[in-house]
Amino acid sequence: MSPDLLKLIFGRLTFESLPLHEPIVVGTFAVVATGGLIMFAGLTYFRVWGYLWSEWFTSVDHKRIGIMYMILGIVMLLRGFADALMMRLQQALAFGGSEGYLNSHHYDQVFTAHGVIMIFFVAMPLVTGLMNFVVPLQIGARDVSFPFLNNFSFWMTVGGAVLVMASLFIGEFARTGWLAYPPLSNIGYSPDVGVDYYIWGLQVAGVGTTLSGINLICTIVKLRCPGMTMMRMPVFTWTALCTNVLIVASFPVLTVVLALLSLDRYVGTNFFTNDFGGSPMMYVNLIWIWGHPEVYILVLPAFGIFSEVTSTFSGKRLFGYTSMVYATVVITILSYLVWLHHFFTMGSGASVNSFFGITTMIISIPTGAKMFNWLFTMYRGRIRFELPMMWTIAFMLTFVLGGMTGVLLAVPPADFVLHNSLFLIAHFHNVIIGGVVFGAFAGIGYWFPKAFGFKLDPFWGKLSFWFWVTGFYLAFMPLYVLGLMGVTRRLRVFDDPSLQIWFIVAGIGAFLVFLGILSMLMQFAVSFLRREQLKDVTGDPWDARTLEWATSSPPPAYNFAFTPVVHDNDAWWDMKRRGYQRPLTGFKPIHMPSSTGTGIILAGLATAMGFGLIWYIWWLAAASFIAMLAVGIGHTFNYHRDFDIPAEDVIRAEDVRTKLLAGAK
Amino acid sequence: MSRFKILALLPLAVALSGCNYVVLAPAGDIAAQQRDLVIISTVLMLLIVVPVMALTVLFAWRYRQSNTDARYEPEWDHSTSLELVIWSAPLLIIVCLGALTWMGTHLLDPYRTLGRIHADRAVDQSKAPLEVDVVALDWKWLFIYPDYGVATVNDLAAPVDRPINFRITASSVMNSFYIPALAGQIYAMPGMETKLHAVVNHAGTYRGFSANYSGAGFSGMHFNFQGLDDKGFDAWIASAKSGGSLGRAEYLQLEKPSQNEPVRRYGTVDSDLYRLILNMCVETGKMCQSEMMAIDAKGGLGHEGLNNTLPLAYDKYARRGTALGPEPTFVAGTCTPDAPQGRTTASITAPLDTAPLLGAGLKRPSFTPLKSSSFFLGQRPKSDS
Amino acid sequence: MTVAVNPTQTGEPVFYLADEHPHPEGYSTSLGFWIYLMSDCLIFAILFATFGVLGGNYAAGPAPKDLFELPLVAVNTSMLLLSSITYGFAMLTMQQNKIAQTQIWLAITGLFGAAFIGIELSEFAHMIHEGATPQRSAFLSAFFTLVGTHGLHVSCGLIWLVTLMVQVWKFGLIEANRRRLMCLSMFWHFLDVVWIGVFTFVYLLGVLR
Repeated sequence: MSPDLLKLIFGRLTFESLPLHEPIVVGTFAVVATGGLIMFAGLTYFRVWGYLWSEWFTSVDHKRIGIMYMILGIVMLLRGFADALMMRLQQALAFGGSEGYLNSHHYDQVFTAHGVIMIFFVAMPLVTGLMNFVVPLQIGARDVSFPFLNNFSFWMTVGGAVLVMASLFIGEFARTGWLAYPPLSNIGYSPDVGVDYYIWGLQVAGVGTTLSGINLICTIVKLRCPGMTMMRMPVFTWTALCTNVLIVASFPVLTVVLALLSLDRYVGTNFFTNDFGGSPMMYVNLIWIWGHPEVYILVLPAFGIFSEVTSTFSGKRLFGYTSMVYATVVITILSYLVWLHHFFTMGSGASVNSFFGITTMIISIPTGAKMFNWLFTMYRGRIRFELPMMWTIAFMLTFVLGGMTGVLLAVPPADFVLHNSLFLIAHFHNVIIGGVVFGAFAGIGYWFPKAFGFKLDPFWGKLSFWFWVTGFYLAFMPLYVLGLMGVTRRLRVFDDPSLQIWFIVAGIGAFLVFLGILSMLMQFAVSFLRREQLKDVTGDPWDARTLEWATSSPPPAYNFAFTPVVHDNDAWWDMKRRGYQRPLTGFKPIHMPSSTGTGIILAGLATAMGFGLIWYIWWLAAASFIAMLAVGIGHTFNYHRDFDIPAEDVIRAEDVRTKLLAGAK
Repeated sequence: MSRFKILALLPLAVALSGCNYVVLAPAGDIAAQQRDLVIISTVLMLLIVVPVMALTVLFAWRYRQSNTDARYEPEWDHSTSLELVIWSAPLLIIVCLGALTWMGTHLLDPYRTLGRIHADRAVDQSKAPLEVDVVALDWKWLFIYPDYGVATVNDLAAPVDRPINFRITASSVMNSFYIPALAGQIYAMPGMETKLHAVVNHAGTYRGFSANYSGAGFSGMHFNFQGLDDKGFDAWIASAKSGGSLGRAEYLQLEKPSQNEPVRRYGTVDSDLYRLILNMCVETGKMCQSEMMAIDAKGGLGHEGLNNTLPLAYDKYARRGTALGPEPTFVAGTCTPDAPQGRTTASITAPLDTAPLLGAGLKRPSFTPLKSSSFFLGQRPKSDS
Repeated sequence: MTVAVNPTQTGEPVFYLADEHPHPEGYSTSLGFWIYLMSDCLIFAILFATFGVLGGNYAAGPAPKDLFELPLVAVNTSMLLLSSITYGFAMLTMQQNKIAQTQIWLAITGLFGAAFIGIELSEFAHMIHEGATPQRSAFLSAFFTLVGTHGLHVSCGLIWLVTLMVQVWKFGLIEANRRRLMCLSMFWHFLDVVWIGVFTFVYLLGVLR
C-alpha cells in the first residue's frame, strides 16, 4: 500500500508506535493480555456475558453503577500503584552514577501517568462510586434523577480510563507532569501522542464527571423523601451535594482549558504558546481554578464518610451537625479563592500572594472545626473498633499532620523554599492518602455489607490496614525529610549519596503499601468465600443511624418498598428507637427506569473518536462523531424509558426479607 | 531577632546529625528568614495539632466499647460553648499566622531590594549589588554578569555579604531557579522576567537546580553556587575572563537542547544578549517581544502586518533550537529593526516612538487602550528595557 | 392498606408513605437543565476571560478595528435576537396546543438561526481569506474560539430544533415534547444572552479600543 493511503487509514499510527523495544512494557502487556484472555475465556465459558450486559453494563440502577465505579477505581489503583512502585524503585536505585533502570523517556511518562491515574481514575471513581451508591439510599430515593445519564457518565469515565491505559501499549503517555504545563505540553515541545492521550482521556472522562455532578445535585435537591429537610440530610449527603456543586462549577473550566490546549496543538492557535502573544501562565491559572476545587471534590465526601462512621461506631449522635454543615459549605466556597497558592513562585506580587496565602489558611478553620466535631462525637461514646472506625482514627491522626504541612505551604515565603520539593509531595500524599484514600476504604468497609449482604473479613482487613498505615508513614515521612534537604520532585537520578537511604526507606514503605493492597484484594476474595459466615440478614449490621440501613442488604432494585418519612437527622436511629414496624402488606407496583445500552455505546464511540483524534485518524474521529450524534438523537426517539415492577415481584422480594429477618431473631 | 537564634539552634542540631538539611540551615539571610517562618508557623500550628492528636488517642482509648466505666451519652450532640472554642481556637491561630504571613510575604518578596544582609547588618550602600542575569536553557543554566562582561554555564559565584540582584528568564519552557542555601525559588519563564534579591552570608559551595520539571534533561539541570570572599570572587571572574566569547551566534548554538552540560565560561558577552533572550529575538530578523507589545499597545499593524509572521515565530512548531535554524529564510524588512550582531540596539529598546516601526504611509493609531490584563494573572510586566 | 393507614390518628409517627405517587416524569429535568446551562455559562465565562486577557495581543497584526464590520455584525445580532422572539411565539402557541403554528414558528426560528450561522461563517471565511486566521495572533485565537464556540452551540441548537420538530410532527405536543421544547427554549435564550455579551465585549468594545 502506498504511504499516503496508509497515512489516511492509520493516521500517524505506525508499527513503530508499538513499544516493542521496551521490555518492561512488553512484559506488562503480556501479563495484562494473558490475564485479560483468561478472564475473557472464563466469562465466556461460564456464559456470564449476557448477564453482565443485561444486569450490569446496561443497568441504570445507581447501586450497580456505584459498584462498577468502585471496581474501576480499584482496578486503576493497581495500575497507578504499579507506577508508584516503579518510581520508588528508580529513585532508590539511581545514585552514585547509576542511571537506575528507567530512562527519562519512560520515567517521565510514569510519574505523569501516576498522577493522572490516581486523581482522575482512582480517587474520582472511588468517591463518585460511593456517592452514587449511598446518596439515593440515604435520602430515601428510588434512583438518581437521570438514571440513563448516570450510566452514560460511568461509561465515559471508563472510556477515559481506556484511553489512558491504551497509551501504555499503543504509543506513549504525556511526559509533562500531571497538569501538563505549557509550553512544555504544547506541540513544539511535545509533538508526539502523549499529551493528546492526556487531553482526550481527561476530556472524555470529564464529560462523564460533569454530567454525574449535575445528576447528583438534582437527585439531592429534588428526590429527598418526605420530612428530609436540608438540615436533616445526613452529613455524607451534604458533603456529596457540596462536592457535586464543586464538580459542576469547576470541571467546565478543565474542559475549556484542555480544549484550548488541544486547539493550540491541533489547529495552531496561540493561547498558551510563547509566540504571537500567547500566555502560558494563563494555562497555569485556569488549570488551577479547576485544580484546587478538585482537591475538595475528593476530600469532602471523605469527610462525610468519616462523619457517618464516627457517629455510627461511637453509638452517638454526630456532635455539632449544624457547624459541620456550615463548615462544609464554607470550604466549598473558599476552595475557589485559593488557586494561586499553587504558584506563589511565579512572581505574583507580595499582596496577591498574601491574599491567596491567607484565604488558604482560612480554609483550615472549618476543617479544624470538623476535626473537633469528630473528636467530640467520640467523646462520651461507646467506640467499637471495627475496620471503618480504625481507618477513621488513622485518618484523624494522619490528616492533621497533612493539614499542618498544608498550612505551612500556604505561607508564601515558606512555599518559596518548599514549592515543588519532596516536602510538597509528602504533603499532598499525606492529605490525599490520609484523607481521601483512608476515607474511601472506611466507606468501602462500612457500606460493603449494604452492597453485598455480607461483611468484609476482619483479619485480612486489619492486615491491610496496618500495612497501609505503616507503609504510608514509612513512604512519606522520608519525603518530608528530603524536602527539607532541598530535594525537588520528578528527579530521575541523584548524585548526593547521603540521600539514598531515605529513598530506600520510602521504597520499603511503598512496598508495605503494596502488601496492603494485596491484603485488601485478599480480603475481598476471602470475604466472598466466607460469605455465609459473614452474612448479614438484618440489613443493619453496624447498628447504624441513617436511612440506607433501613432496607435490606443488598437493597432491592427499588431501594424501599415504601418511601420512608423522616423525622430526625439520624432517621433510621429514630425509627428504631420509636419502634418502627416494617410494613408487611400493601405493596404496590413500583415505577422504575429501564436499562439501556445507549450509554455504553455512546461512550464507546466517544472513546473511538478520542483515539482517532489522538492518532490523526480523521475518518475514525469523524465517523465516530457522526455515529454518536445519530445514536444520541436516536435515543431521544425512545419515549418509553420506564417500567413498573409488578406488585407480585415486590411482595416476593419483601417476603424473602421478612423470612430472613425472622430467622435472624 | 534574638528570639530567632534559639530557633536557629534547632535545625543546627539536626544538621549536625549527619544530613544536610539545607532548607533548615541555609547560608543566606533570605533563606534563613524563610526558614524562621517555616519554624515559627510550624510551632504555632503544633499548638493546636498536638492537643488534637493527643485528644484523638485519649478519646479513642477512654471511650472504647469495653470500658464500661466511661460515661456514655448517646444523645449529647451540641454544646454552644464547646462550639465557640472549636471555631475560635483555629481562628486565633490563623489570625496570628495570617498576620505573620502578610508581614513575611511583603518582607521576603523576592522583588524587594534587600534592606539588610544579615540579621544585624544593614546593606552597605557604598557597594553596588551584584547583578546576575539568569537564563534557564534546555537543560542547563546560563549566568550573565553584565557588570563584568562575563558569562558562565552551570556555574554561579557571588561574593559573601554582597547583595545579588537576579533577573531571571528562560529560553523555552518553564523552570524554577532555586538555590536552597541562598534563597527561595522563583520561576524562570520564556518571554517573561522574574526577579530575586538575595545575599549569601557564609562562604562555601552550594547546590542550585531547576525545581520545575522541564523535560528529558531535567535531572541533570543543576549547578554549583559558590559563596566566595572578595578575593576569591575576583579570581573567579578572572578565570571566567579567560573563556571564549558569547555572542548571538554562540548563544543560539548553546541553547540547543543538551543534557548534563559541564561548566563553561565566556570572557566576553554581547552586552545586549540578555535583553534579546528575554524578548525572544536573539535570532536576527526576529521581532522583539517588547517591540511587539509596544506595537500592540498602539493598536497593532493592521492588515499590513498580517503576513509578517516569520519575525514573530519563535518555537511554536518545534522545540527551541532543534528544527528552527538560527537563520530565518527571509527577513521582513519593514518592521524589524536592523540590529547587527554585537551592536547595542538602544534605539529600539523603549516603546517611546514606534513611528519607524509602522512603515511609510501607515496611519498612526490615535487611541492608546488601557492594557494590563496581565495584572490579573499576577504576571509581571515584561521587561520594558 | 394496612398498618400504615392513617397512623397519625393514633398518635403514632408516620415512617413511610403507604400511598405514594411516583415523581412525575421529568420531575428534575428543568432543574437539571438549569444546572447544565450554568456549567455551560462557566465555559463561556472562561472563554470571555481568555479573550479579556489575550484580546489585546495582536502580535503586530490586525486589531478589531481593522477586522470587524459592525454593520454585518449588527445584522447578525438582529438575526439571533429575532430568532429568540420567534421561539417565544413558538412557546406561546405550544401553550395553546396549536401544533401547526408551533411548527411554523420553530421553522422560522431555525431559519433565523441558520442565517446567523451563515453570516458568521461568511465573516470567518472572509477574515481567514484575508489572512486573519486563528493562528495569526493570540487575539485572533481567542476571538475565533469564543465566537466559534457560541456558533457551535447555535449549530447544536439547530440540530436539536430539527430533531424536536420531527418529534413534534411524529408524536404531537405530548408532555415529553413540551418539556423538551421548554429546555431548548432556555438553551436558545441563553445563547442569545451570551451573544449580547459577545457583541458588546468583543465587537463593540473591540472596535472602540
